[in-house]
Amino acid sequence: MWKTILRRLLIMIPQLLILSLLVFVLAKMMPGDPFTGQINPNMDAKTIAHLKQELGLNDPVWVQYTRWVGDLFHGNLGQSYTQHVSVLSLISDRAVNTFWLSLLTTILTYALAIPMGISAGRHQDEWQDQTIQIFNYFTFAIPGFVFYILGLWLFGFTLGWFPISGSVSASAHGFWGVVGSRLYHMILPAILYALITTTSIVQYLRTGIVDNKVEDYVRTARSKGVPENVVFNKHILRNSMLPIAAFMGTTITGLLGGSMIIETVFSYPGMGKLFLDSISQRDYSTLTALILLFGILTLIGNLLSDIIMSLIDPRIRVK
Amino acid sequence: MEKQSDLLLDIQHLHTGYRLQGKFYDAADDVNLTLKRDEILAIVGESGCGKSTIAASIIGLYDHKNTKVTGDILYNELNLVGLNESLFNKIRGDKIGMIFQDPLASLNPLMRVGDQVAETLYYHTDMDEKQRHERVIELFNQVGMPRPEEMYRMYPHELSGGLRQRVVIAMAIACKPEIIIADEPTTALDVTIQAQILDLLEDIQRESHSGIILITHDLGVVAETADEVAVMYAGQIVEKADVKTVFSHPLHPYTRSLLNSMPQSDDEEQDLHVIQGTVPSLKNMPREGDRFAARIPWIPESEHEADPKVHEVEPGHWVRCTCWKNFHFQEEASGE
Amino acid sequence: MSEEIIQIKDLKVHYPIRSGFWNRITDYVRAVDGVSFSINEGETYGLIGESGSGKSTTGKAIVGVEKATGGEILYKGVDITKASNRRKLNYNKDVQMIFQDSMSSLNPRKRIEDIIAEPIRNFENLTTDQERDRVQELLDIVGMPSDAIYKYPHEFSGGQRQRIGVARAVATNPKLIVADEPTSALDLSVQAQVLNFMKHIQQQYGIGYLFISHDLGVVKHMSENLAIMHRGRLVEIGSRDEIYKHPVHIYTKRLLSAIPQVDVDQREAHKKHREAVEKEFQENQSKWYDKDGRVYPLQKIAPNHFVALPADEAEAAKVREAKEKERS
Repeated sequence: MWKTILRRLLIMIPQLLILSLLVFVLAKMMPGDPFTGQINPNMDAKTIAHLKQELGLNDPVWVQYTRWVGDLFHGNLGQSYTQHVSVLSLISDRAVNTFWLSLLTTILTYALAIPMGISAGRHQDEWQDQTIQIFNYFTFAIPGFVFYILGLWLFGFTLGWFPISGSVSASAHGFWGVVGSRLYHMILPAILYALITTTSIVQYLRTGIVDNKVEDYVRTARSKGVPENVVFNKHILRNSMLPIAAFMGTTITGLLGGSMIIETVFSYPGMGKLFLDSISQRDYSTLTALILLFGILTLIGNLLSDIIMSLIDPRIRVK
Repeated sequence: MEKQSDLLLDIQHLHTGYRLQGKFYDAADDVNLTLKRDEILAIVGESGCGKSTIAASIIGLYDHKNTKVTGDILYNELNLVGLNESLFNKIRGDKIGMIFQDPLASLNPLMRVGDQVAETLYYHTDMDEKQRHERVIELFNQVGMPRPEEMYRMYPHELSGGLRQRVVIAMAIACKPEIIIADEPTTALDVTIQAQILDLLEDIQRESHSGIILITHDLGVVAETADEVAVMYAGQIVEKADVKTVFSHPLHPYTRSLLNSMPQSDDEEQDLHVIQGTVPSLKNMPREGDRFAARIPWIPESEHEADPKVHEVEPGHWVRCTCWKNFHFQEEASGE
Repeated sequence: MSEEIIQIKDLKVHYPIRSGFWNRITDYVRAVDGVSFSINEGETYGLIGESGSGKSTTGKAIVGVEKATGGEILYKGVDITKASNRRKLNYNKDVQMIFQDSMSSLNPRKRIEDIIAEPIRNFENLTTDQERDRVQELLDIVGMPSDAIYKYPHEFSGGQRQRIGVARAVATNPKLIVADEPTSALDLSVQAQVLNFMKHIQQQYGIGYLFISHDLGVVKHMSENLAIMHRGRLVEIGSRDEIYKHPVHIYTKRLLSAIPQVDVDQREAHKKHREAVEKEFQENQSKWYDKDGRVYPLQKIAPNHFVALPADEAEAAKVREAKEKERS
C-alpha cells in the first residue's frame, strides 16, 4: 500500500514539473511586467531598463524559469504587482477563509446528498424520488451565480437573516465571538454552494442504489434469509457508496478551487475571490501562484481519491 | 421420533404472472410439480419458458409489486404462496438453499467470501462468531475448497469460477436445507468444472438426503444428474417422467424436437434439426390451444386438443395434449 | 487435397506483467505461447479450449485485432502480423470475424442495412442501389425477411442477431471467417439454425472457418480438423476422427470425458471413466507437462494426428495408437 502511495507521489514530480512549465509559459505570455502602470515622472525608461536588468528580466527564458522554480522551493512566490505585499502572505490569509468555507460546504454537501440519494434510490420512481429529481434538475440547470445571487438577495438583502459580505464581523471579540461571527458569515454561502454541489453526488448515489438493487448478489443475500433492511444497508448501500467515496478527494479539492463564484458573489475574502480579483487587476504574479496552487490541489485530490478507492474496494486493492 | 414425510414440496396450480404495461401475463401457467426427498428434479427448457420463474416463486424472490402468484406451493403443510416476509426469511437459507447461475455476480464483491457464508448462519443459528467461523471452514472442506482458512479471507474476484461456485454452494447448504434449488448452476463454468460441480451436488445430496430442483437448458446435464425431468415450453410443463423415459422414449413433439437439435449424432454431414419459428415472448404467448402447435404447422389442427391437458400416458409419464400420438417430423413425412 | 489458406507459425501473444516499485516488466502472461496450425480453403477448423486457454486471443491475433508478439501468420505467403502487410493485401476484406455476443457486437444505433453494408463500404465502391441489393441478398442467405434492413438490432432475437452477424461477416466474400463462440449464448434450437446456416454458406461460397468454442459437441459437428488448446499451447491436433476416437493427451481425454452424455443407461460407467481420467490428470502432471507446467511441443504420431509429448514418449504413443486402431 505505502509503496503505491510513494510511487504515486513520485509520479507527481514530473506532473508538477509540467504544470510549473505551463504556468511559467502562461505567465510569460501575459502582457505586461512588474513595471506596467508604474511609469511616472520618478521612473523614466532608463531606470526601468536598469531595474529590469537587475531583476533578471533580460536573462534567457530558461534561466528565468530555473530561478522561478528555485524561488518556489524557498516559498518565495514573488511580490503582488498591485497589493505591494508578498504573494505568499496574500494567499495564506485568504486560504484560511477558503478552507473553512470549503470544510463547512463539504459537511453540508454530504449531509444533504447522502439522505437525498438514499431516499431517491430506495423509492425509485415514487414521489420521494420524483421530488428529488425535480430539485436536481433545477440545481443542475440553474447557473451557480444566478442561484447564489438569488439566495443573497432573498436571505441577505430582503429578509436580512444573514450578512451579505465579508468573513467575520469587525466587532466580534473573544474566541467564541469570532468563531460565531465566522460561522454566521459562512452559513448562507455554504448552504447555497452545497445545494449546487449535491447534484452530482445525489445522482451517483441514486444510480448506484438503483443499479445495485437488481444485482445478483443482492438476490443471493435475500435467498439466505437476510432481512430486507439489512440487505439494503449492508449490501446495497455499502456498494453504492463506492463511487462517492472515490470522488471524495476530487470533490474536496474541487470545492477549494471552485469557490471563486460564491466568494465573489458574497464578497468573501477567500482564494477564489482573490483569483478573480487578480485577473481583473492584472496581478499576474498572484494569478500564476494561484493557478499553480489549484493545479497542485487537483493532483493531490486525485491522489486522495485513488488512495480512498484502494482502501475500500478490494478489487483494486494493491498488494 | 418424528416421522419425516418423503414429500418435500407439492406445487399445485401455480400461476406466476408478471405485469407488463398494466396487465399480468403468466410466465408459469398452471404448473403442478412435486419434489421428494433424495430426488433431483430437473426442470428443462429454453430461455423464456418459465423455468426460472418457478424457482423465484418457490423461494419468494420476485418483485412483489409487479408479480402475481396464485396456486399452492406446499412445504410441510405450510403454503409458501403469500407467506409473509418475516416468516419467509426464516425459511429462505435455512430450509431452502439457492444456487445461482453466475457465481461472480451472485457474490458481493466487497465482502470476504467466508463472511458471506457466515451471514447465512448468523440469521438461522445460535452460533457465536467463533462457531460460525468453524462451521464455514467445515463447509469449505465439504465443498472441496483447498486451504479453507486462507479462502475464508478471500474476495470473490480473487477466486476462480469453479471455486466461486463452491462458495455459493457452501452458502446454500450452510444450514443443511431440505430443499436446494440450483438455477443453471454450471452454465457459466467450463465443462471440466461443470462435471466437478455436478458431482459435488450429488455428493451433498447423498449425505443430506435433501431434494434438489435443478433448472437447466442443458439436456446433457439433465441426462447425467436428474432423477425426474419436467420439460417446459411457453410457461407450461409439456412432459414429465423419470430421466430414462424422457431420453429413451420421449413423447411430446417439443421434447423430441429439442433432443433432435442437439449436435450429438455421428453423422456430421447432416443438418441439425431446426424447430420452425421462435419461442413466443411472454406477451405474445398463445393462451388458447396447444402452445407448441405453431412450431409444428404440418400437424393438422385436429390432432391437438382444444384445451390441452396433461395426461398420464403410462405410470409416471405425463404428456400435455394428444398431438404426440400421430406426431412425425416434417422431414420424415416429405421423405427428404 | 485443398490448398492451405492460412498458416499460423509459432504464434505468440505475451502480455507484460509489471510489478515492483518501478513497475518494471517482471514476467509475461503467455496467453498464446507458440501455436502452429494451418487451415485449408473451405474447411472448418475447430479450436477448442476452456476459458483462459488462449483460444480467443489466437482468433483475435488472426484477424489482427490482437497484436502478435512473436511468430508469423502467413496469408498468401505474406506475414500479416504486420499491419502494413494487412493493408497491402486487403486482408481484412478476406478475413472476417463473428463474435459470441451479438448484442454488443452490433451497433445499437445503426439500422441493419448500415450494419451489414459497413464492410462493403470499406472495401467496395457500390452505388446505393447495388449496395441495397447486396444487403438484401445477404439477408436472404441467412434466412432473414427483407424488411429487416430498416430495423435496429434490439428488434431481433439472439439467434436472428447472430445471423445478422453472419451476414455482415459474409458481406465482403471473405475467404476465412473466425467465429469466436458464435452459438454459446443461444438456445439449443436456435443454435441448430445458426450452425446450419453457417454450413450452407460454407458449401455455397467455399468459406473457411476457424471455429472457436468450448463446446466439444458443436465443434465435432462443424469441423473436419481441430486443435485442443491448454495453457496457451496446443496439446493435440488432428482430424475429427483421430481426436474424438483416439485421443492421446490426458487433457483431451479429460475434456472429452467431461462432456455430459445423453445416454442415461451409461451414467455410472461414464462417471467412473471421468473420475479415472481426472485422477490420472491430477497425478500424472509430470508426464504430460514439463517441470514449468508447460505443454510439450507437438509430436507426430499418425499421418494427421499430433500430440504434445516429450520426445521419447512419442514413439511409444505411435505404437500404441497403431495397435489401438488395429483392434477397432
